[in-house]
Amino acid sequence: MKFSESPLLSRLVPPRRGRVLLLMLMGCFVALLARAFYLQTMRNDFLQQKGESRYSRVLELSATRGRILDRQGDVLAVSTPVKSVWAIPEDARLAPAGLRRLASILGTSARELTRILASDKDFVYLQRQVPPDVAARVEALRLPGIHQSREFRRYYPSGEVVAQLLGFTGVEDGGQEGIELAFDAQLAGKPGSRRVIKDRRGNIVEDVESIRSPREGRDIVLALDAKIQYMAYAAIRQAVEEHRAAAAGAVVLDAKTGEILAMANLPTYNPNNRGRLSGAQLRNRAVTDTFEPGSTLKPFTIALALDQERVRFDTPIDTRPGRLTIGNATISDSHPNGVLTVAQVIQKSSNVGAARIALGAQPEDMWGMFARLGFGEPLKLGFPGEAGGRLRPWQHWRPIEQATMAYGHGISVSLIQLARGYLAFARDGEILPLSLTRLDAPPPGGVQVFSVRTAREVRTMLEMAAGPEGTAPKARVPGYRVAGKTGTAHKLAGGRYAERYVASFVGFAPVSDPRLVVAVMIDEPTVGGYYGGQIAAPVFSRVMGGALRALGVRPDAPEQAVHEAPGGQSAPPAAGPAAIRISYPQRGLR
Amino acid sequence: MRAIARLNVILILVLLGAALLVVGAQHRARALLLEIEREQDRMRALEVEWGQLQLEQSTWAAHARVERIARERLEMRLPAAGQLVAVEPKAAQ
Repeated sequence: MKFSESPLLSRLVPPRRGRVLLLMLMGCFVALLARAFYLQTMRNDFLQQKGESRYSRVLELSATRGRILDRQGDVLAVSTPVKSVWAIPEDARLAPAGLRRLASILGTSARELTRILASDKDFVYLQRQVPPDVAARVEALRLPGIHQSREFRRYYPSGEVVAQLLGFTGVEDGGQEGIELAFDAQLAGKPGSRRVIKDRRGNIVEDVESIRSPREGRDIVLALDAKIQYMAYAAIRQAVEEHRAAAAGAVVLDAKTGEILAMANLPTYNPNNRGRLSGAQLRNRAVTDTFEPGSTLKPFTIALALDQERVRFDTPIDTRPGRLTIGNATISDSHPNGVLTVAQVIQKSSNVGAARIALGAQPEDMWGMFARLGFGEPLKLGFPGEAGGRLRPWQHWRPIEQATMAYGHGISVSLIQLARGYLAFARDGEILPLSLTRLDAPPPGGVQVFSVRTAREVRTMLEMAAGPEGTAPKARVPGYRVAGKTGTAHKLAGGRYAERYVASFVGFAPVSDPRLVVAVMIDEPTVGGYYGGQIAAPVFSRVMGGALRALGVRPDAPEQAVHEAPGGQSAPPAAGPAAIRISYPQRGLR
Repeated sequence: MRAIARLNVILILVLLGAALLVVGAQHRARALLLEIEREQDRMRALEVEWGQLQLEQSTWAAHARVERIARERLEMRLPAAGQLVAVEPKAAQ
């Protein structure tokens, strides 16, 4: 039977069924259209994202940490890119030969690498901060599962000379100590990123957008002069070796601007190789440690008395018999002096004389002077860990305390505070806020502590103290007039004064127009004496002489220098020129 | 009719030409982009080198090294105070 003859065909299909079928088919098309519309216009981001992920990439744009420069532009700290070698342990199935080669390039043992790679983490560092040439050799091995990423390492070319001041950064390039921490916000760069389209071979074919533009770290220009810093460091190192001292510090200030030109500390460390470090090496003692300054505080006592017109420079002070008993305590001089003038009290450094002068002052006035000099309160340089020192409120002072403070006991200061206090004598009575960074003009905010006349009188007395009749003839610098004061302080050990000393010297030069203030502190010298005049004054002389020459400061005592050239080595070579001409341009400290 | 047909042919040719120019411009843009990428890479490499050279320079110019060479190899020393003569700068006149 043929299909066309089938009896089924002869039966009429009701027209309603055809329409239902048509409607159903149309319904399907509408559903399809709706879905397509939904996917393409309403929820298209998902698909677009999937598509983009095949070709678009986000690139990290690294930003370099700013450099730290000295005032002449010499580099003190710089970041250079290095590589980190890391691995995905699951992928890193290394043949023993490859493993051994990798270990020898990285400078570890194959066993150590096996131990690291046995970790069940997804990501392990094999070594961080690998120099670029080593990284290139690792890359040449083409080992599976071993990758590299770029990071930065900080280098400090000046090494241990400026270590504590600069501080250092951690492995993630963030500041951890010193200037690196104090100025971290400016130094740190912000990495950025951008989206690009890459082709099959990894070439960038289109720059789509910049997501975040990177911000490079800013350079910091310090007030520090690397040359003077080196001289200060070399001088204290020589003194520490010669006198077997426990520690030492030196600070050089520009008397015109309050800039910190040098700040050296011992013991020190090499910031490029920080293997074993102790707290003693890390501390920037000049700022973070306080000590009882001893006689270096006497000029302030005298200046207060002169300012209040209680004494004149030639008022006689009876220091006989070299002892003074207050309550049940006795103050004594190292050798009895008899009757001294006020100027001689400084020159001979008489404790009894200073105490007698101080006892004439109101405790409130004396406290006010110390507070205006900035003692008892951190300097707020922005340096981490700044110490303020001890200055008890005057309401609780007993007479013996007031008397001992006159010669620097019962009060403690940091070396930088002490140096800043001497700005008052170097600058006609005014002290300035100090600056770690280079300034182009003297900062505002100076405080007049003493009158101009007082400051000049004390300056003359301090010049006498550094003269042939004073306590520190060794502080003299050939060619320049210097002024300053020695300090020899007993150290407190367990609440009592022990037979251990801090030798110090603070002074300025040239006296005719003071340019620099230098403060030197030698902690616990054990060989060759312990007096400030023996131990610290020669260091002062070396640092001051070198710094004045480095800055091209005009000598203000050329005549004296001819007669007082340092012994022994001053004979000019017979065949050489009689005089070496050195020009002194008015070189501004920029 | 014929004028319109001719216009169509011309428009098609213009369209083709414009399309080819677009292709060419796109190609040039990519080539230039590639070049700028390469130059930027070079810039970064040079920056790295500059950093290393700065380090090297400061290592050679370290004050301790300069002082040692001046004293030992060149046998230099500080002039004694009597050997100094101050010379006034010309600018002061």
